[in-house]
Amino acid sequence: MSSTFDKVADIISDIGDVEREKITQDSHVISDLEIDSLDFLDVAFSIDKEFDIKVPVEDWMTEINDGNANAEDYFIMKNLCAKIDELQSEKAA
Amino acid sequence: MRLEYFEMIDKVESIDLSAGKISVHAYVPKDSTVFEGHFPGHPLVPGVLLIEAMAQAAGYLILANEKFERMTFLAAVKEAKLRTFVLPETALIVTSEIEHDGSGYTMSKTAITADGKKICNARLTHRTLPFENDDLKGHVLERARVTGLLQEG
Repeated sequence: MSSTFDKVADIISDIGDVEREKITQDSHVISDLEIDSLDFLDVAFSIDKEFDIKVPVEDWMTEINDGNANAEDYFIMKNLCAKIDELQSEKAA
Repeated sequence: MRLEYFEMIDKVESIDLSAGKISVHAYVPKDSTVFEGHFPGHPLVPGVLLIEAMAQAAGYLILANEKFERMTFLAAVKEAKLRTFVLPETALIVTSEIEHDGSGYTMSKTAITADGKKICNARLTHRTLPFENDDLKGHVLERARVTGLLQEG
């Protein structure tokens, strides 16, 4: 069974036309992989469908814009995948 | 339709929020300054305006789904197919179905038909944001009343 990281990396590789090998746990989705806000809507859509969750993109952006979180908290691959796992666990609970 | 004013929807035929679907009427007028340029001697509704009509129908559905608390903005048009010419005085039916209601965005599958024949279709992405000001919200609500999207009382 593919890990969360593998599934998300496949999604980003496909949508952002990024070489799959370049995507690591420490890649920043925006600054390293050049996924802009519009591409990220497609990424979020694919993640929502793949994991049967609703990625709270708006809440994340509000937290970042209000200075209550860093972009890295959500957009470094390993952190993004951890958030997805959390959302899945919350949904299953 | 008042093409010059980007008023593409005449009347909401039906809306079902639980199913995430809408169907609206849009009648192409006989005359429009748009046809003076597109094209002289061969008036056709520009494809971009057909896409706009689809975007507005999907936007109406999303507006109602958001209880008119947020404005919708077209963000992406995918797999758009413009299948046939649309002439003046054509009665169009625009239908839209929510494919995914995300956080701050909505994906929809939207299409136009005339006399049961496929005219065009696309998958659309709309962002949703709080209304920028009361003027915009007032205008949107007025159009919603005129077209039957919003029924009060």
